[in-house]
Amino acid sequence: MSERIISCSAAIAEVLTEEMTRDERIFIIGEDLVYHGGIFGQFKGLPEKFPGRVIDTPISETCIVGAGLGAALTGMRPLVDMHFADFVTCAMDEIANQSAKIRYMFGGQVKVPLVIWAPDGAGLGAAAHHSQSLESWFVHTPGLKVVVPSEPADVKGLLTASLRDDDPIIFFQHKKLFAKMGPVPEGEYVIPLGKAAVKRQGKDVTILTYGSGYYLTIEAVKELAGLGIEAEVIDLRTLKPLDFKTIAESLKKTYRAVVVHEACLTGGFGAELVARISSELFDYLDAPVLRVATKDVPIPFSPPLEKFVLPSVEDIVKAVRQVTYC
Amino acid sequence: MSDESNTLLSLYRTMVTVRKFETLAGELFAAGKIPGFIHLSIGQEGSSVGVCSILRPDDYLITTHRGHGHVIAKGGDLKRMVAELMGRKTGYCKGKGGSMHIADFSLGILGANGVVAGGFPIITGAGLSIKLRKTEQVAVCFFGDGASNRGPFHEALNMAAIWKLPILFVCENNCYASTTKTSYACSIIDIANRAKGYGIPGVSVDGNDVLAVRHAAAEAVGRARQGEGPTLLENKTYRRRGHFEGDPQRYRDQAEVVEWEQKNDPISRFTTILMKKKILTKDLEREIAAKIEADLKEAVEFAEQSEWPKPEEALEDLFVNP
Ligand SMILES: Cc1ncc(C[n+]2csc(CCOP(=O)(O)OP(=O)(O)O)c2C)c(N)n1
Ligand SMILES: [Mg+2]
Repeated sequence: MSERIISCSAAIAEVLTEEMTRDERIFIIGEDLVYHGGIFGQFKGLPEKFPGRVIDTPISETCIVGAGLGAALTGMRPLVDMHFADFVTCAMDEIANQSAKIRYMFGGQVKVPLVIWAPDGAGLGAAAHHSQSLESWFVHTPGLKVVVPSEPADVKGLLTASLRDDDPIIFFQHKKLFAKMGPVPEGEYVIPLGKAAVKRQGKDVTILTYGSGYYLTIEAVKELAGLGIEAEVIDLRTLKPLDFKTIAESLKKTYRAVVVHEACLTGGFGAELVARISSELFDYLDAPVLRVATKDVPIPFSPPLEKFVLPSVEDIVKAVRQVTYC
Repeated sequence: MSDESNTLLSLYRTMVTVRKFETLAGELFAAGKIPGFIHLSIGQEGSSVGVCSILRPDDYLITTHRGHGHVIAKGGDLKRMVAELMGRKTGYCKGKGGSMHIADFSLGILGANGVVAGGFPIITGAGLSIKLRKTEQVAVCFFGDGASNRGPFHEALNMAAIWKLPILFVCENNCYASTTKTSYACSIIDIANRAKGYGIPGVSVDGNDVLAVRHAAAEAVGRARQGEGPTLLENKTYRRRGHFEGDPQRYRDQAEVVEWEQKNDPISRFTTILMKKKILTKDLEREIAAKIEADLKEAVEFAEQSEWPKPEEALEDLFVNP
């Protein structure tokens, strides 16, 4: 399969073009999609290519997600755009009480092929209402699949898989990643949900990460190499379903792990990983599993404050040195 | 000078202050001195100033992402505002909030909001609190046309109506919600008509006529203070800048913007009235402009000389009792 270097945004537009051509039931619904191709330009070209299938809405998150759900129950396969992940709060009932539970409550009678697209993350001076990483709320809601890609190729493969999946999926992509460039396979490319990727092999420590944490991690890995530490990097890609098998295989080789994510520390997905590791892999551990995450405050506006609360490359290096006693 | 002339001049002064503040904020943003993103209210000064001109210092106000004008018109301190926009420790929120999250609780400003329609439920609570405490305060909620399409608007109007809460809901219909035309996203032309569904007065006025706004707000606030309940006031205006600074504005023709600017600028319109009444003269106009510019210059100097917050301060202010 040939590859070229394109951005996450280009990968998204490519997948949607391919999938919307293949399947007429797919449509996109949300605010401010038509004129600017989505507020991050991620749907560029699609409104022209698929007239009537990229639908601008009033500012009505409750009904945007609710309408997506209703359409999914009646034969369509919507992609709902949340604008900013922060606004999931305005549609929480439709996501957590309705989309996540309908199939189960009704005894499996119906499929819910719904993708909720939610650009998340901090680092842009956008302050407390436009910067959150909320994936752990949804991991804690049975009935939802949670996807958090990092590199453009992952975005392509996972978005394709999400659009073809018959369950409700919340798809978080960090806002800073839209412009990230990377090699992306041409043509059809599917990454099955629930499949982590070992993005770098190493024998001394396993770093478990996803989303924006991946980029910090690869920076840290370079520094660690200078210290003679070979880190294995696992990009989880989907949190639910979780590929624990890949995690276990790696830990049985390295005996040490550090979790890196941008969501805040307490109750974050790292806590779940540490719990699973300690209950299932206790005998393999040579050190406590450490977490690198955002400090437990809302994201502040001012750059020095924001920088301080977010996880850094140095935080990762420090945590790895601690678990490797180096 | 008569009381009336003084009032009119004070309206004028505040409108020019808002305009110059917003223009300056745009410049500081373009110069990379304001992080994040900002939304300006240039062309909407008739609404912010007209409404706030009839409020008492102890009245409450909640605003939006496009809230600088409301804060200034309610008496906000320019220095602390500029400092907040620039992320400094001396800013209104010690750099934690930024443009979209300015508040001054000492002036009854319960905050700007980054979530569209985030203010409706809160203003309902402020109105309820006024009623429970039996004061004669009033609570004002500014919001956009776009916000009136969210559920909280409807819940708040109904709740305020059944309890006759002393609330003034002020819709600033500026023809757009981000890239989306109001005429596309709203099922009616006059958003004030939505009041009918909740059995409360709904009034649409020319939002670029500061005196019309002031008059309508005075009536509504008067009713609220008498215990006669809420009003929905719609100020029809126009957003002349992009939704945010840097917005490529592919959704509109610039000719439309120029037309509003040339034919329907709230400050020019009011200037003409004041000149005709001989309340304002060319000299006074220059004098007022110079004073405001000096104040703003001082505010920028204050902000630029202010310290950045120390990183560890990010961990403060979360709880009263940590
Ligand atoms: C709940 C929510 N949805 C979407 C947004 C993104 N957003 C910010 S401002 C805006 C447009 C608001 O339009 P309007 O209410 O008319 O106010 P205006 O910007 O015109 O002053 C949108 C969609 C948001 N901040 N909050
Ligand atoms: Mg508007």
